[in-house]
Amino acid sequence: MPADTPRSNPTSSAPLLVVQDLCVSFPSRGRMIPIVEHVSFTLGERDILGLVGESGSGKSVTAMALMGLIDSPGVQITGSALFRGQELVGLPQKQLRRLRGREIAMIFQDPMTAFTPVYTIGWQIDEQIRAHERLSRKQARARTVSLLAEMGVPDPARTADRYPHQLSGGLRQRAMIAMALSCNPSLLIADEPTTALDVTVQAQILELIRSLRSTYGSSVLLITHDMGVVAETCDTTLVLYSGRVAETGPTEALFAHPGHPYTAALLASIPPLDGPRPHRLPAIAGAPPAPLERPAGCAFAPRCTYVHASCLPAPPPPLVPTGSDTMIVQRTVTDTSSLESVDPTDQTRPCTTTHNTLTEQSFSETTISRPTQLSACVLPAEGTPLPPGLKNTVPAPGEAVTTTQILSPPTSSASGGPQL
Amino acid sequence: MMMALLRRLGQTVFVLFGISALVFLVFFATPGADPTARIAGRNASPQTMEKVRQEYGFNRPLPVQYATMMKKLFITQDLASYVDRGELVVPEIARAAPVTVSLVCGAAIIWVVLSITMGTVAAAMKGTWIDRGLMMLGLVGISMPVFWLGQVTNLITQSRYHDTWLFSWVPGLGYVPLTENPWGWFKALVIPWVVLAIMFIGIYSRVLRADLVALSGEDFMRTARAKGLSPTRVLLRHGLRTSMITFVSLFGLDFAQLVGGGALLTEVVFGLPGVGRLTYQALTNLDLPLIMATVMYSAVFVVLANAVVDILYLFLDPRVRDAR
Amino acid sequence: MTRPSSAPEQHMPTPPATAPQASASASASASASASASASARPLLEVRDVRKIYHLPRGQTLKAVDGISLSVMPGEVLGLVGESGCGKSTLGRCLLRLTDVSSGQILFEGQEITHLNERTMRPLRQRMQMVFQDSYASLNPRRRIGDLIAEPLRVHPGPDGRKRSRASIMARLHELMDLVSLPATALDRYAHEFSGGQRQRINIARALALSPRLVVADEPVSALDVSVQAQIVNLFADLQDRLGLTYVFVAHDLAVVRQISTRVAVMYLGAVVELGETDAVLHHPAHPYSAALTAAVPRTVVGAVRAAPLGGDIPSPVARPAGCRFHTRCPFVQNRCRMEEPALHTVRPGHSVACHFPLSGG
Repeated sequence: MPADTPRSNPTSSAPLLVVQDLCVSFPSRGRMIPIVEHVSFTLGERDILGLVGESGSGKSVTAMALMGLIDSPGVQITGSALFRGQELVGLPQKQLRRLRGREIAMIFQDPMTAFTPVYTIGWQIDEQIRAHERLSRKQARARTVSLLAEMGVPDPARTADRYPHQLSGGLRQRAMIAMALSCNPSLLIADEPTTALDVTVQAQILELIRSLRSTYGSSVLLITHDMGVVAETCDTTLVLYSGRVAETGPTEALFAHPGHPYTAALLASIPPLDGPRPHRLPAIAGAPPAPLERPAGCAFAPRCTYVHASCLPAPPPPLVPTGSDTMIVQRTVTDTSSLESVDPTDQTRPCTTTHNTLTEQSFSETTISRPTQLSACVLPAEGTPLPPGLKNTVPAPGEAVTTTQILSPPTSSASGGPQL
Repeated sequence: MMMALLRRLGQTVFVLFGISALVFLVFFATPGADPTARIAGRNASPQTMEKVRQEYGFNRPLPVQYATMMKKLFITQDLASYVDRGELVVPEIARAAPVTVSLVCGAAIIWVVLSITMGTVAAAMKGTWIDRGLMMLGLVGISMPVFWLGQVTNLITQSRYHDTWLFSWVPGLGYVPLTENPWGWFKALVIPWVVLAIMFIGIYSRVLRADLVALSGEDFMRTARAKGLSPTRVLLRHGLRTSMITFVSLFGLDFAQLVGGGALLTEVVFGLPGVGRLTYQALTNLDLPLIMATVMYSAVFVVLANAVVDILYLFLDPRVRDAR
Repeated sequence: MTRPSSAPEQHMPTPPATAPQASASASASASASASASASARPLLEVRDVRKIYHLPRGQTLKAVDGISLSVMPGEVLGLVGESGCGKSTLGRCLLRLTDVSSGQILFEGQEITHLNERTMRPLRQRMQMVFQDSYASLNPRRRIGDLIAEPLRVHPGPDGRKRSRASIMARLHELMDLVSLPATALDRYAHEFSGGQRQRINIARALALSPRLVVADEPVSALDVSVQAQIVNLFADLQDRLGLTYVFVAHDLAVVRQISTRVAVMYLGAVVELGETDAVLHHPAHPYSAALTAAVPRTVVGAVRAAPLGGDIPSPVARPAGCRFHTRCPFVQNRCRMEEPALHTVRPGHSVACHFPLSGG
């Protein structure tokens, strides 16, 4: 279980953030639609964790839930998120507000729309500083200017007096990071921080984010859809697919030996920039399912080349260790309360449409010596032949499989191309 | 800056010319509406008709008539009413304007303060019964016609309940100049203010609430919350401040058209001798010089208010500042 | 035709005055068997095209600043660059969706720069565009079948007469088959489809009149990563099958590399490097191309990467004098600040606008 990894993670003494079984459901037409289901991860001090997924994978919702920024009526957030031992889920807004901006800061995708258009950059950074610390306007501005300078903003004093629309995208994002760091938070949540930027500017901003851990000692939760950004920036990677964890592990291991067919297929479908150019890309058929049409079993099953009968029925596959050098020993303990690391009441709290299979298995904490790679797939990684007896039993399109589409393109169209 | 001002001035002149020419054509060049006959009265003798025609220049070509009227209106300012012989229209408007300005300014203060309060409170309490109640109230305000509301208040405060302790302070209908008696001025206007403001409170509070609610989904509002600011500060400093951009543009136009004579019904109901009532009289008598004068006055205000709104924009929205 | 190397290399370092230019550069064409079908005449040619926008305060924005290039039949020309480089504007200019300020555009050898809407119309059948936003380009209130059939109803058939209902219907089914959508899709509305499917619909619509040239403006950048590959493959398959010619506008270098025969790298309104895809991306001659390629995050952990390019892209309104890249160039020399380099050939089929081209290139 991911819950075990923090205590044995040698790179950090105590984990900064331990998320356990986080579920977020939104009400829709009288029923609860789970957007995020049983997401668990651990972020150590000075770690950069990448939360990667496509649209609708729940990556942004996860971050917003941690920040307590979801306020739509009727939303249901269960599970646990321990930040420095303090439970964030269910924390009153007043206390959350004291954490926000001061302990946990966030930067957003589009720095143009993320700044209030009618105030100067400096005013907005001062505002955050003064919201959390008793400082005079002058002192706050002095810190703002020095922060902007540290973020590589040229002529910081004058830039502070400029309005958001007067700055370039790169500068705005630097100002956004300066604002996020203004109260020296221990956790920085970056939601697609470079998606709106040009690729050369993206490289600068990623370098800046990487440097934060040494200069500011910040841990970063980086949310992105770009596998390349994750590979270059993050220590640990968590792949989300349709609101569930598909796979998690050290970035290097995960990219070298993806344990989940989705991760493997996703990586394979990205056109290479170096090396030989394939005539066709190994594409994944179909599209990610909408939360309403999320399959009961493995969410990726309808698009998976390795799908077999046991992937389809109700409980989605649990996370199991993969990778060659994993030193996890599986223990067949079903009683989760025996694990002291997490609050048992939280773990058994069901999501709205509960099939909490994660609680059925757990792993010994003692033998782990490194962050482990876990995958929500019981099949071998791409390339290895299927175990005997397991047949590729993809139902005919539109038959039993639920996909987002009313019409899902025939599997052949994407993986084999249109018949000529 | 100079360029912008000149351009604005040119626009104003152009707009004024267009409106005056249009009004002139409508009232003068319309076939079958011979102003001579109107001025000379029914069954006037041909001699009288000819005399009037000579006096007012109706026998000369239309452009000359138009030019004469404009000259008399703007330059010599001795344009006289056709109906009340000898009554000069420019001083007449100058006498009526302070009444209208008093009425509209007072009402504007009331409606701005109340609608901002109501709109903001409703947006902050979105979805609660307070929100629903306030918005219902606003809807009621919008749906009450001003003249009806005015008549009803008059009925209550002037006759039926005038002698009760509650309304005994209410003076009779009419206007008291501010310079003469400030307290009397206030007493005479406070009920018209409220009556005129009610519809606008309804409209503005609903517009503001809708705007604030739409803004709450914006990225920068999320950022403000992520900064750890209090909900009040997020709503007021970030939401309301940004909403003011829409609010001001709406306000500028409404204010201008009211000062320009749009408060006609309120003025008539409460017997206030303002520009609106003057326009009303001019229209009922088809008194062309007076119509021309009031329309010009109104147009000047609308154009002026537009300019003021544009300048306010510069203060409220830095993006506009750079775009010009 | 097989993609990578088949298309003849054809370049126009300087705006040519006359037509014989085409045959001159044809000598440079690198053999390639399948290219025999490609006539020596480019399908599309632009000569010193400029698109200038006049802004308030007398400022001018040179969105496209003197670009000359040609597209041979059957090839895929990728236009890459960052925001403000003018790649999308150029794409629109190519199809006369935007009028150019100066320069010439030739389609199938015919000058189309100043054709009016009516004379342009028959040509529109042979040049189509696919846009980025698959949803905005489809009218949400009309059935997909109607949307795709519209150009078929407007334009006469190959025999010059109005198409019959039956022939339109047959064509619709053919198109659905071509983009791998079921025929039932024709009766549905745009919102019922996922982004990838909508882009298939857009492609079907663009192909309805069997165009020769398709300009695709960021056709996959709004799609989910796992869907992008499907659409890229679809573009490639359709090209193989129908012998289409593409101008593929994108900011994603990896996608452009996958699909393009040749690549034009743009910066602030001008082409700074033009050549065969892998030559430009793997052995760039322009420092900007090199930096652009290096800046793309690789999906390989621990890949060594060069220091990122400093600074921001200057505003196209205030374009630097001299070489337009000199403010960010790591190898800037004095000459670069004074004199604007012209696009010149460094190798057959590879031209660059740089005073000091990278030798590794």
